[in-house]
Amino acid sequence: MWELIQSNKRKSLILFFGMGALLILIGFVFGSYYNSETGGAVGVFFAILLWMILSAVSYFGGSKILLAVSGAKEVTKEIHPQLYNVVEEMKIAAGVPYFPKIYIIDDPAPNAFATGVKPENSAIAVTSGLLSTLNRYELQGVVAHEMSHIINRDILLMTFAGMMLGAITLMSEVFFRGMYFGGGSRYRSRSSSKSSSGQAQVVIMILAMVLAILGPILAQLFYFAISRKREYLADASAARLTRYPEGLASALEKIANSTYTLRTANKVTAPMYIVNPLKKEGMKLADLTSTHPPISERIKILRALQQGIGYKEYQKIYEMISGKKEKIIPDSALKEAVPAMPLQSAFTEEKDFNPVEAKRQTGDILMKMNDYQFINCSCGVRIKVPPDYNKSIVVCPRCGRKHSINI
Amino acid sequence: MIYFIIFIVLIVIVIFFFVSIYNALIRLRNQVKNAWSQIDVQLKRRHDLIPNLIETVKGYMTHERQIMENITKYRSQAMNAQTVGEKAQAESLLSGALGQLRVQVENYPDLKANQNFLALQEELTATENKISFARQNYNDQVMMYNNKIQMFPSNIIAGMFNFKEEEFFELKDQAEKEVPKVSFS
Repeated sequence: MWELIQSNKRKSLILFFGMGALLILIGFVFGSYYNSETGGAVGVFFAILLWMILSAVSYFGGSKILLAVSGAKEVTKEIHPQLYNVVEEMKIAAGVPYFPKIYIIDDPAPNAFATGVKPENSAIAVTSGLLSTLNRYELQGVVAHEMSHIINRDILLMTFAGMMLGAITLMSEVFFRGMYFGGGSRYRSRSSSKSSSGQAQVVIMILAMVLAILGPILAQLFYFAISRKREYLADASAARLTRYPEGLASALEKIANSTYTLRTANKVTAPMYIVNPLKKEGMKLADLTSTHPPISERIKILRALQQGIGYKEYQKIYEMISGKKEKIIPDSALKEAVPAMPLQSAFTEEKDFNPVEAKRQTGDILMKMNDYQFINCSCGVRIKVPPDYNKSIVVCPRCGRKHSINI
Repeated sequence: MIYFIIFIVLIVIVIFFFVSIYNALIRLRNQVKNAWSQIDVQLKRRHDLIPNLIETVKGYMTHERQIMENITKYRSQAMNAQTVGEKAQAESLLSGALGQLRVQVENYPDLKANQNFLALQEELTATENKISFARQNYNDQVMMYNNKIQMFPSNIIAGMFNFKEEEFFELKDQAEKEVPKVSFS
């Protein structure tokens, strides 16, 4: 675990500075395209500015923005003891000192994501749909997956990678717009300069075009490739934490079978979720433009973990199932000294998981979070009073008893 | 002169390795200690939950006096245990008794519908899980630590500074595997 974290931190740092260098290069080339004398410097200036703004925003406010965009609300132990307990169990299993905040998103589509560049301010958000479809052990699998993203510092890596993607896309867009609306300065500078610098001008022009076209595409493929590998790694780590891969496997199955689509997800936030909220099943593994590996394959790998749970086993089974030699688990994890752990002899399955009951309970929890008041009438009816109800007395619909409301 | 420089460089390398191995040993030992304290916290939590549980269940379960007496007895045994081994034994007996109680609950539909009991049951499940995850983490840490102590070359430094192997926290098999007897009375 320790080596893995160190290597991820290193990678993030490389990515951070590599991205800065790339942005400055692009800025220089694009700037030079418009004005060969001073354009380069101006381009570099704007590139550095963009880099700094993006870094600051995503480092300090990224998780808050993401949570606000998805409409997540924080929950305490009193509101949802089970969810809170499951998160704490995973914290203990991983032996980490930090406790992520827990959020619920009011959405019937089952999904979850983790956020927070620093583990100390991390958060795990789950949808109400997830809570109402999964039993305790499946929920545990999902939480373990999200917890692994936090522990492995995947979020740091993905945040910087996402930032790089955004910055490159933005710059190439600005470049194309500028060209479209007439790069007047280009013609002026060309006519005034001699033929020797004209040649350099052509080179710069071609370079700028190539960068503007290929840059965003390459950055995207790179981003998606990292994202997919991180999903596999988080699955492997989750199996290691719970020692019960079936929990996550059956949770993924239920999520994949759900017909709801998440309302609040978009292209930028999609890679954060445990299962791609935008695309449905049926994509191929070779699909380079996908942020997540196919669910069916993830489930198959998890279910095939029979001999023992470790990163090496996961890698081996991945190669067996996909028929590819691709490394999905980083070396730093593979060389870890912890041997494969024996499978936790299956937990006593929760027999009394009742989907209807679970749905009703989740609904109650959401109402509680939204300041609804609950009144138990002595005839057995549970009256739920919305917060904007402005009378002081509510009448039971069954027996007609009057209940006063304390405001 | 050149030999002297080589000699110095070698010494520096040796010292560097020495320090890094020593630090790794210290880090692992602290992790083991920390993991143990995690188990302790959870075990204590379970002990605290039990009186509450007994209180809630007592009114409903009239035929299960033996189980409840066992739970109380094993709880006090576990609270007085000193070594890791003793503790593991008493705690596994306690786990077994709690498991039996849980099976018996099936025969009392009124109890199963009790809100107070449901909340308690979630707490109990969570605590059992936390204990087993804390134990899992502790055992992982102990294994890494013990491996480091036994393997060359870190075993030399471990011997010099008296790093001792730690004991695994294992639940005794008979209690873990024992299927609770169900009596339909």
